[in-house]
Amino acid sequence: MYMNNYQQEGDYNTSLEVADGIRLKPVNDSSFAETLRKNLFDGWKNTLLTLLTAIFSLFLVYQVVTFVLANSWDVVYDNLRMLMIGQYPVDEVWRLWLSLDLASLLIGLTYGLWKGAGKSVAFTFGTVYLVFALIPWTTLNTSLNLATAIALIAVGYAAGDKVAKLKLPTLVLWALFIPFSLGLLTGFGGLLDPVLSREWGGWLLTVIIAMISIIGCFPLGVLLALGRRSSLPVVKYFCIGYIELVRGIPLIMVLFIGQLLIPLFLGGETGIDNVSRAIIAYTFFAAAYLAENIRGGLQSIPSGQYEAAQALGLNKFKLTFFIILPQALKAVIPAMVGQFITILKDTSLVAIIGLADFLGTARRISNNPEYLGRYMELYLFVAAFYFVFCYLMAHVSRYLERSLAKGNG
Amino acid sequence: MEQTLEIHKPTQPLAEREDVIKVEKLNKWFGDLHVVKDVDLTVKQGEVIVILGPSGSGKSTFIRTLNALEEFQSGKIVIDGIELTDDLKNVEEIRKETGMVFQQFNLFPHMSILRNVSLAPIWVRKWKKDKAEQIALDLLDRVGIPEQAHKYPGQLSGGQKQRVAIARALAMQPKIMLFDEPTSALDPEMVNEVLDVMQNLAESGMTMIVVTHEMGFARKVADRLVLFDKGEVIEMAEPEEFFENPKEERTKAFLSQIL
Repeated sequence: MYMNNYQQEGDYNTSLEVADGIRLKPVNDSSFAETLRKNLFDGWKNTLLTLLTAIFSLFLVYQVVTFVLANSWDVVYDNLRMLMIGQYPVDEVWRLWLSLDLASLLIGLTYGLWKGAGKSVAFTFGTVYLVFALIPWTTLNTSLNLATAIALIAVGYAAGDKVAKLKLPTLVLWALFIPFSLGLLTGFGGLLDPVLSREWGGWLLTVIIAMISIIGCFPLGVLLALGRRSSLPVVKYFCIGYIELVRGIPLIMVLFIGQLLIPLFLGGETGIDNVSRAIIAYTFFAAAYLAENIRGGLQSIPSGQYEAAQALGLNKFKLTFFIILPQALKAVIPAMVGQFITILKDTSLVAIIGLADFLGTARRISNNPEYLGRYMELYLFVAAFYFVFCYLMAHVSRYLERSLAKGNG
Repeated sequence: MEQTLEIHKPTQPLAEREDVIKVEKLNKWFGDLHVVKDVDLTVKQGEVIVILGPSGSGKSTFIRTLNALEEFQSGKIVIDGIELTDDLKNVEEIRKETGMVFQQFNLFPHMSILRNVSLAPIWVRKWKKDKAEQIALDLLDRVGIPEQAHKYPGQLSGGQKQRVAIARALAMQPKIMLFDEPTSALDPEMVNEVLDVMQNLAESGMTMIVVTHEMGFARKVADRLVLFDKGEVIEMAEPEEFFENPKEERTKAFLSQIL
């Protein structure tokens, strides 16, 4: 029986004309034409498929190119400021540039210090800046600002590459970045001229809502997931109740609840603005889903890990946060990043409660009689922008998975 | 630094040494299932006890109650003078004094070998990192794998993993080592490297309780053998007596099945 199998396997190999030893490594000696023939024109069925696909692809490319060239994109560039930053006062735009410069420097430093996924982040941001700096309708001022940002990425990279000691300062700066930027944008509570959040809009608003919600929902989700597995009944049933309640309500409704109920709970005169209410709603909504993702990860950790840590005398806190959680979070990186990408895209729903985010701004512009019927260009531009940043997040997550995989076993 | 690795091998005869483990009338139920029945066991310092028995006989459960990985319903456990109660402080103290080695190794896969071995001394014993790592390296040297210190568990063979697990338990400098079927998950060719380490440890004077199916090890290393069946201690005797002249019918039946 064994011999028989072996013989068959031998036959199978010969028919492929690949010897066992070579099979372990890819063969690189075939010419380009040979590769083409093998992969694309191997038999008449294959050739037919190849030709059909090629014709269809060419047709698509032709359509896209003619669309891009035949249309004047003035609807996008006339409204570029609106799409990017909404009604943010022109005189105060330097604050946004300063914040962007700091982010660029940090991205550069991160790339220089840790390499890895920092590279794709740095290059994506650099490319987006470069594209915007070079397209002809950009004002000189904007181009110069973008050039500064690109230069800062480069400077950050060079510094991080040379001086390894910058790791701690970089992490501290990252931690301070969001509070600092928000302070700068709003005017540090009176230190600068205050800019109210109702003047934020476009991509700026989208990024602010998404970033704070993502950062806020993560610790909340971890606590909810741990709470759901707690042995204390009060904690456990509170977490279950919260998660199931939130998961049973549509996001739009959560946004409405945030708009109507938060002021009601906290008293009418709290002065919590629309944007903060939306951010709170997103944070609490996403936390419930994230908690379920993380719970999946927690359940995948074998009981032996708990027992080994207990036998070594580790207390519950160390056991949870240093032994179990790192493994659980690693296991659910794809699901978590999926959730983060969803948050970024779902921020477009704030249009319903009257905020002018990226997509909402595009919709308002397309309603402007001046640009009647020109929504295609606008929406294509918006879609491309969303895609670049969502794809970047997915890419970084794949990198994280790979680089953490070495501990597997 | 040296003395921290040293185990003071007791010189006086067994009968005169102090008791480090005292178990009296221990009972444990899983629901309606009575898994440990009225077990009594006293272990002297430096003594090596090997627990044998068919699977499902409650021997693993018994050894896991000793460091509170399993609760028990009645009876008394005293480890190194500390009584095991619900009091978390006592549980903590007892876990400091008992090292445990598991069938499935249970190394922490997201940490390097060195970190696996040194983290409990740093976190629980509050040693300086340098000292803990130096001792971890010495222990890895002692179990014969110093060159693996900076690898991750996933990169090691089963036998190497189990030796790391032994080093990790030893790093806490326990007075007692518990082994729960340490070689059952290993490929046959890796069993001996682990048993050798355990034998060295026994010879250095460590108090050990070992649940195993390795009869050669039991005969060679154990001071006393204990046969468990259906949650009860059937027979307890020195190896020679146990293998050559068993008193109980069930011991004879058990030995005839495995020898």
